[in-house]
Amino acid sequence: MSWIVIQQSVPVFAQAFWLTLKLSFYGIIGAIILGLIASFLRYFKVPVLRQISAVYTEVSRNTPLLIQLFFIYYAFPEIGIKMSATAAGISGLIFLGGSYMAEAIFGGLKGVAKIQVESGLAIGLSRWQLARYVVFPQGLTLSVPAIAANVIFLIKETSIFTVIAIPELTNTALDQIGLYYHTDESLFVLVIAYAIILIPLSLILTWLERRARRGAFGN
Amino acid sequence: MATPLLQVEHLEKSYGDVHILHDINLTVATGSVTVLLGPSGSGKSTLIRCLNGLEDFQSGQLTFSGEPVTPSPKVWQKLRQKIGMVFQSYDLFPNLTVLDNILLGPLKVQHRAKAEAKEQAIKLLKEVGLADYQDSYPRQLSGGQKQRIAIVRALALNPDFMLFDEVTASLDPEMVRGVLEVLRNLAQQKMTMLVVTHEMNFAREIADQVVFLEEGHILEVTPGKQFFENPQTERAQIFLNSMDF
Repeated sequence: MSWIVIQQSVPVFAQAFWLTLKLSFYGIIGAIILGLIASFLRYFKVPVLRQISAVYTEVSRNTPLLIQLFFIYYAFPEIGIKMSATAAGISGLIFLGGSYMAEAIFGGLKGVAKIQVESGLAIGLSRWQLARYVVFPQGLTLSVPAIAANVIFLIKETSIFTVIAIPELTNTALDQIGLYYHTDESLFVLVIAYAIILIPLSLILTWLERRARRGAFGN
Repeated sequence: MATPLLQVEHLEKSYGDVHILHDINLTVATGSVTVLLGPSGSGKSTLIRCLNGLEDFQSGQLTFSGEPVTPSPKVWQKLRQKIGMVFQSYDLFPNLTVLDNILLGPLKVQHRAKAEAKEQAIKLLKEVGLADYQDSYPRQLSGGQKQRIAIVRALALNPDFMLFDEVTASLDPEMVRGVLEVLRNLAQQKMTMLVVTHEMNFAREIADQVVFLEEGHILEVTPGKQFFENPQTERAQIFLNSMDF
């Protein structure tokens, strides 16, 4: 393995690194928003929309991101929906992540103790007030660990973007190997780059989980 | 006779095929204390929960303050401001301070002025000896303190009727006294109360009437003193003998 080769490839990888971060960021934010909407539809048992959300969840969770991306990038233009590779990648991540986030958030809302709900009702709170002041603050806190796990999962899923030629980290590594046959060096830098993103993030999320829990429940 | 605060007529409750409450008839006079006694599994908690809509029932009529109750989520939401309830597990909202726990109902449900509601909350906290804890979180309090605050939270809505479902059952013995003291004061202030308890000495002391329930049937409704000295049914006598007090 040559250090010179590694050094020379750093600028290319740096670009891919930031792109991976950017795509992950938009994808995760979008997934959390979609997940909140889907889980609230389920929590409030909104007719029709709740069923749509259930169908979406099943489709999204039971198909691979690879296939989802093919659909968005190659099939959607056939029905007039055209977008750039980057937009398709982010859309795919949101489509996939939304259902995982919805499950995580809904799980948290379901995890709020029944007695908390009953004591909220007992002081005359309406269904909406109960959600706003009791169930959501506690339930969202309970769902933080699952959301955090999904964040890590979704960042790793960006590696699939390589199939629609987005120059993120994995795509760049494969590109470098294809161009220069520097397989060892490229894979080494790839692993380091993911580690730089994921290890600190994982530590931060663990800290955040503890803080959120302490804030809401005191333990 | 004045209009009773609560009247229950022919209430029937079942979960699927399991019949929990059979033909419950009960009258609670304004300003009186009714104690609900009976072995565990007799349906005491279910009955008390039917009275503020946490459980539905299949048939029967409730009349509150002379008004027939037509059960629906909206009706119950309104009525619950008049019917306070405190549960066995001290169930404060862990994400809110003591004061915010107490003010949630008065401010968000009753839309009262904050200054006035806060003044009342602090007065109530003083009465239960916890004025210093208004900014604490529930996790910083003992079980007995939490239970007293749960009572204050219910009282802050100015209810006409209070339901207490075994409020001392999960407290350490030394915490029980403080909570019972709060209930005793309420009884002296002529708050109408329905109390499920296993604290027999306390029941004897405060009960204006005792309702004795077994397997979902009311076996007897007897004035408090008389129940403990001379219950009408043999079953109640056996129950009293089995209790250690």
